[in-house]
Amino acid sequence: MTAKITGAVLLALLFCVPFAVQSEFWLSFWLLVLMYAFLGQAWNVLGGYGGQFSFGHALFFGIGAFGTAILQVRHGLNAYAAGAIAIALGAIVGCAVGLLVFRYRLRGAYFALVTLAFAEVARILISSFDYTGSGFGMLVPLARGAANFQFEDRRIFYVIAWTLVVIGALIAWWLENSRFGARLMAVRENEDAAQALGINLIRTKVFAITLSGAMAATVGVFYVQNFLFVDSHLAFGPAMSIEALLVSIIGGMGTMFGPLFGAVVLHALGEAAKQVTGNAPGLNLAFYGLLLILALRFLPNGITGLLSRRMARRSSERAHA
Amino acid sequence: MLEVRELSKRFGGIQAVNTASLDVYENEIVALLGPNGAGKTTLFAAIAGFVRPDSGNVRLAGRDITSLPPHVICARGLVRTFQIVQPFGALTVRENIAVGAHLHHASRRQALARAEDVAEKVGLGPRLNQPAATLTVAGRKRLELARALATDPKLLLLDEVMAGLNPMEVSEIVPVIQAIRGSGVTILLIEHVMQAVVSLAERAYVLNNGRIIASGTTAEIASDPQVIEAYLGHGAAARVQSRLEARHAP
Repeated sequence: MTAKITGAVLLALLFCVPFAVQSEFWLSFWLLVLMYAFLGQAWNVLGGYGGQFSFGHALFFGIGAFGTAILQVRHGLNAYAAGAIAIALGAIVGCAVGLLVFRYRLRGAYFALVTLAFAEVARILISSFDYTGSGFGMLVPLARGAANFQFEDRRIFYVIAWTLVVIGALIAWWLENSRFGARLMAVRENEDAAQALGINLIRTKVFAITLSGAMAATVGVFYVQNFLFVDSHLAFGPAMSIEALLVSIIGGMGTMFGPLFGAVVLHALGEAAKQVTGNAPGLNLAFYGLLLILALRFLPNGITGLLSRRMARRSSERAHA
Repeated sequence: MLEVRELSKRFGGIQAVNTASLDVYENEIVALLGPNGAGKTTLFAAIAGFVRPDSGNVRLAGRDITSLPPHVICARGLVRTFQIVQPFGALTVRENIAVGAHLHHASRRQALARAEDVAEKVGLGPRLNQPAATLTVAGRKRLELARALATDPKLLLLDEVMAGLNPMEVSEIVPVIQAIRGSGVTILLIEHVMQAVVSLAERAYVLNNGRIIASGTTAEIASDPQVIEAYLGHGAAARVQSRLEARHAP
C-alpha cells in the first residue's frame, strides 16, 4: 500500500516538472525517464506479472519506431495513422513471437535467448535494406504542428509521456484486479497447477506478449515523434532491451509502480554518476551493472519491496508499542 | 461418470500403465491403491490430460476426453490435485483459490467471494490473507483441495491429499472430503493412508506394475491375496493366511 501511495505522489510530482523546471536539459531528462518507465511497464506486463523474462523487448520498441518512421517517410502517411499502424504491428509481432515461442514450450533461459535472438535478427535485417534506412537510420522530416504530431514545445511531449505512464499504471492495476491478471500470475507461479485449474497456458501468455508488444511499440512511436530520428542500433540493440528489464527489476517486478520507481532511481543515479565521473563513455553501463547486482542481492522485490517492507516493520513496531 | 478403457502409457523401457480399465459412478468415492511405482500418478495424469496415453480411451460423463489438453478437461468438470503440492507461492491463499473460481466466474469480486466460501469448507478460513508459500504441509494439501474445488468440478481426482499428514490432521480432513462428496462431487483418490481409504471409499481398484490386479469393495480388497502379495511380496498371502489360521486354531 505504501508503495502505491508513494507511486501516486511521485506521479503527481512528475506532472509538475514541466511547470517548475525551466532548463531544457532537465525537461528532456525527465521526459526520457517517463518513456523508460512506460517501456519498463511493457516489460513488466510479460516479465513481472507473467514471469516470462524477455531479453529482446527492443524488438517491439524498434518495430514501433521504424514502423512509424517508414510509413511516414516512404509512404507519406500521416503521423497519427502511421503511429497507430506501428503500434498494431508491435501487437501483431508480439502475438506471432508468442505463438511460435510458447507453442514450443520455451521458458526461462530459452525464452530469454530466443527473444534476444529475434531482436538481433531484426536489427541486422533493418540495417541491411535501403527501404529501412540501411544502417544510417531514418530521419522523419521536420514539420512542426499538431497535425504531424510534432510539437515545438517539449512540455506537450512531456505531458503525453506522463499520460502514457498513468495508462501503464492503470494496465497494471487492471492485471491485479481481473481474471486475466489472476490467470497470468497463476501461470507465472506454477504452470502445471494453472493448467489443472483450467487455464489455457498458450492463450494467456500470447495475450500478455501481444499487450506488452503493443505497449513497447508505443514507446518507439513516441520516441520517433520526439527525436525525429531513429537508427537500428539504438532501436533494436540490446541496450534498449536491458533498459526495459532493468527498470522493472530494480523497481519491483509485478508491481504497479515498480517500473516508474526503477526508471526514476536508475536514471537519477546514472546522471549523478555521469556528473561525478565526467562523462567517461560506458561508465554509466558499468554503474548500471553494479546497481543491478546490488538490487538483486539486497532488494529481491525491488524498490517497491523496500517500501512495503518498511511499512510492515513500522506497523509491527506500532503493534508492539 | 468416468470410464477408463484399456489405457496404456510407456515411458522408454517402463510400461507405466498397462491396459488399465476402471469405472467411477456418479457420487461415489473410489480409491486407487497400489504400491509405490505402480503407475497410479501416471494413470491420473493420463486421465486429466497431462500425459498423452499410447492407447486406450477416457470418457467423462459419456464424452470422450482422451488426449484433450488439461485446461479443456478441467472446463468439462474433471480436476486433479497434485501429490507434490503446487501452490502459487507468491499469491495469498484467497488469490490461489480464486484462480480456480475464475473458471466459472469472470468477475474478480465473485471469484474472491467464492474463494472465501471454499476456504471455509476446507478449513482455510483463518489463513485467507497468508501467502501460500508460508503454509504448512497440511495447509498446502488443503489448498490443493480448495483450488480444485473452486472450479466446481463434477469429478475430483485427489492424488495423496493425506500423505505427510499426522493422524490428527488425517482425521480432520476425512470429514472435509465426505462433505465434498455430500455436495454432489464424485471423487477418485489415490491414497496410502488405509485408515482414510476404509473410512472414505466404497470401492477400490488396485494397480500393480501398471495393471489393475483387483477391484471391489474396500473390505474385499483388503483380504485379496493378490493385493497382499503386491504390497508384501511373493508368498506373503500364504504366510498371512497361515498365521491367521494359527491364531484362530486354539
